[in-house]
Amino acid sequence: MERTTGRYKKRSQAQEVWRRFRRNKRAVAGLIMLIVLLLCAAFAGLIAPFDPNKQDLVNRCAVPSMEHWFGTDELGRDIFSRIIYGARISVSVGLIAVSISLAGGVSLGAVAGYYGGASDNLIMRFMDILLAIPSILLNIAIVSALGTGLQNVMIAIGISSIPGYCRIVRASILSLKEQEFVEASRSAGASDFFIITRHILPNCIAPLTVQATLRIGSAILSCASMSFIGLGIVPPTAEWGSMLSTGRDFIRNAPHLCTFPGAAIMYAIFAMNLIGDGLRDALDPKLKD
Amino acid sequence: MEEKKRELLEIKGLTVQYHTSDGIVHAVEELSFDVEEGKTLGLVGETGAGKTTAVKAVMRILPDPPAKILSGEIFFEGEDLLKKSEKEMRRIRGKQISMIFQDPMTSLNPVMTVSEQIAEVLRLHGKITRQQAYEKALDMLELVGIKRERGKDYPHQFSGGMKQRVVIAIALACSPKLLIADEPTTALDVTIQAQVLELMKELKAKYKTSMVMITHDLGIVAETCDSVAILYAGQVVEYGTREQIFKNYQHPYTKGLFACIPDLFSDSNELTPIRGLMPDPTRLPEGCRFHPRCPIACERCGKEKPGPVETEPGHWVRCLAAAKDWEGGNACG
Amino acid sequence: MTKYILRRILFMIPVMLGVSLIVFTLMYITPGDPAAIILDEGATPEAIEMLREEMGLNDGYFVRFGRFLLDVVVHQDLGVCYQTHQPVAERIAETFPNTMMLAGASVLVAVVIGLIMGIISAVKQYSFFDTAAMFLAMVGNAMPNFWQGLLLMLLFALHLKWLPASGFGSLKHLILPAVTIGTSSAAAIARMTRSSMLEVIRQDYIVSARAKGQSEFWITVRHALANAMIPVITTIGMQFGSLLGGAVLTESIFAVPGIGKMMVDAIKARNYPVVQGGVLIIALTFSLINLLVDILYAYIDPRIRSQYR
Repeated sequence: MERTTGRYKKRSQAQEVWRRFRRNKRAVAGLIMLIVLLLCAAFAGLIAPFDPNKQDLVNRCAVPSMEHWFGTDELGRDIFSRIIYGARISVSVGLIAVSISLAGGVSLGAVAGYYGGASDNLIMRFMDILLAIPSILLNIAIVSALGTGLQNVMIAIGISSIPGYCRIVRASILSLKEQEFVEASRSAGASDFFIITRHILPNCIAPLTVQATLRIGSAILSCASMSFIGLGIVPPTAEWGSMLSTGRDFIRNAPHLCTFPGAAIMYAIFAMNLIGDGLRDALDPKLKD
Repeated sequence: MEEKKRELLEIKGLTVQYHTSDGIVHAVEELSFDVEEGKTLGLVGETGAGKTTAVKAVMRILPDPPAKILSGEIFFEGEDLLKKSEKEMRRIRGKQISMIFQDPMTSLNPVMTVSEQIAEVLRLHGKITRQQAYEKALDMLELVGIKRERGKDYPHQFSGGMKQRVVIAIALACSPKLLIADEPTTALDVTIQAQVLELMKELKAKYKTSMVMITHDLGIVAETCDSVAILYAGQVVEYGTREQIFKNYQHPYTKGLFACIPDLFSDSNELTPIRGLMPDPTRLPEGCRFHPRCPIACERCGKEKPGPVETEPGHWVRCLAAAKDWEGGNACG
Repeated sequence: MTKYILRRILFMIPVMLGVSLIVFTLMYITPGDPAAIILDEGATPEAIEMLREEMGLNDGYFVRFGRFLLDVVVHQDLGVCYQTHQPVAERIAETFPNTMMLAGASVLVAVVIGLIMGIISAVKQYSFFDTAAMFLAMVGNAMPNFWQGLLLMLLFALHLKWLPASGFGSLKHLILPAVTIGTSSAAAIARMTRSSMLEVIRQDYIVSARAKGQSEFWITVRHALANAMIPVITTIGMQFGSLLGGAVLTESIFAVPGIGKMMVDAIKARNYPVVQGGVLIIALTFSLINLLVDILYAYIDPRIRSQYR
């Protein structure tokens, strides 16, 4: 179209991204939702009105009331408190699993893209193999090998989402490698490590951030799914997926045992998706409509 | 006595704006020009002057939103196109008025064969069978100098110049009365440009088509056009026959354009560029839109909007200095 | 084209070998003695040892992997189910068609809902429909499959009693699980269709089609949709993976006798050959689907087709 808008204000890139992010109402809503979630995880002891594991067998499967906002479960435990404590697990699984896959994906992708040749072939074929197994099945296979428990769930989820990061980093390295500033740095005698960490990685931060944000949401979902089929966090630990799993047996008479934990999972993923979409638009305005 | 001129297309006072998040873009304002039957009008101006907007308004294919046609009349064979329904317009597009786009690389659908794309317009506007349309499409390809066998090929199998020939074939397939060519050669190699222009001239003569030629190349204007409208920031600043514009240009902007053409036979070894840049179309200057860049501008130019002034029969200039009440010669005292 | 397909199938071989290696290794390091699991809890250590020897469990890693591969490739033998003592291949043959039927129905739900929502949203960008559809897609994306399944079951089976809550066999049984799995993929497909269509709608050839006098409906269908389909098909292909994964959870919720439920039950019973076989067969299916997607690209886009020659 024949129009130009020649306004340009000098700002640092981060400020510019934040300014665009802030203007996006949905992204800000997601950010607020995430802050609430983080506060719940950090101050669960202060926020939760009850001990999440305190049983009250007289008050089993009580419907939501003023005292028990989300009702009580099959052992009379306060569901609201359990969901608040469950946020701790979900937040830590999200963060740690994503850190594992970031570390693995970035280093493998960097090696594959930068050195090319045999190492590239080997790494990328390995990624193809990982991608050929739907991630939930890979998670199941890994956790059944390592055993259940929070730590192994994090490792499994971390490993199964390595390929995504690996591909992003490799693709951007391949396009950056031949560019002049990298050539210039190499001819000035910079080491490979220096070139990768100082010149190349900063250029993949945008897609990596978006991918990582969205992946936190899916890591939370994977963890809940694993617990749901009995492979993740096992009772009595308050975890949203395992709460749903036990609540499932009571769905006919006490559906609130299922609705609230499920809503909590959805809340967390929804928040991360809103932020991820907002970040993508803010980091790359070209992609926005 | 001269025969009375027959106007095929008459645009009167056309104003188009784009409403964007950055503000209102005044793309075209109070635009008027005519195209005589069988003749070619050149629309000349820099990128962003509103040329494409003006002709897309004629075709009624402006994207709405953000584009809004605020006022004006567009008469085609005496009927106002802006008053037509979308259904009536569809019967005019491609049949009565057709358009050649700037970039042949992107104006053909990559997943349809070229013959399908030519046949599409034929089938839309004529009651013919699929087979007849296909045959006619191959005839059209031959007419623009492409072998019939290539009809089943896809756009990516053609070079830029060949693609533009396909686009021309599509545009002329229904023998339209008016052909709008939006910088048809800008995206092509210089050597191909001449061939494509030659082809267009030839076919225009054969089909007796009237034409609007959008360009920023005064050389193309000299070769193909009968009359010329010079656009600046959405307004026609000078309008007349080719002879009037080339021999007796009067608007300072037109003068600037001619000063930018390298003259092989001139002793001067310097070109004189027009100083400054096109104004931001969301914040156009007060008064005459050209005054911040005009070498002869004075105080009045920053306050008064100049209207079109007829300096000789059929030659209009939108400049205060061209008006009779102008005192002070070429520059302000 | 045929050559390309053959080459792609050849490339699948190393990937499938890799998948088997990973699956085998994971099962190899899995704690628990299969021999002890097969025999009852009261079995003597001697009996267990004998079975170990008989099953070849005392051999080294590579010997066992070699035997596993040989069994799979040459004898189509995936081992014996510890619980039913049936060959695993037989159990897969029983359950796999059910899963594929469910997956097929889910894809249908996903593609129909996703495409329609995405196209209308793009054509009527910023309209009420667009806003509502995209909000729904966000919700659908965020909703855990198994939770949605439970909610649907609660509403349509337990409260309204329109549909059966669990089981398999009739079309009615298929609706709830297919909708459960399909809707979350529909959300992804709708979002991709919308953004892909929005990009295509701005292309010059759409304006050209308009300038030919073509109607908006046919511009959308003939010109825009065909060009917008490539990324959409990629999404559909990728969704097939999560669809198969979703089936694992959804099948056990609705008691669909599919490969997913078989695997979840097998995990709980430490019935590893069944898990192994299930992962292998799903990975193979997924790879074949991806091949199909690549062939579809070529069918839709002549530019890709000419690269394959």
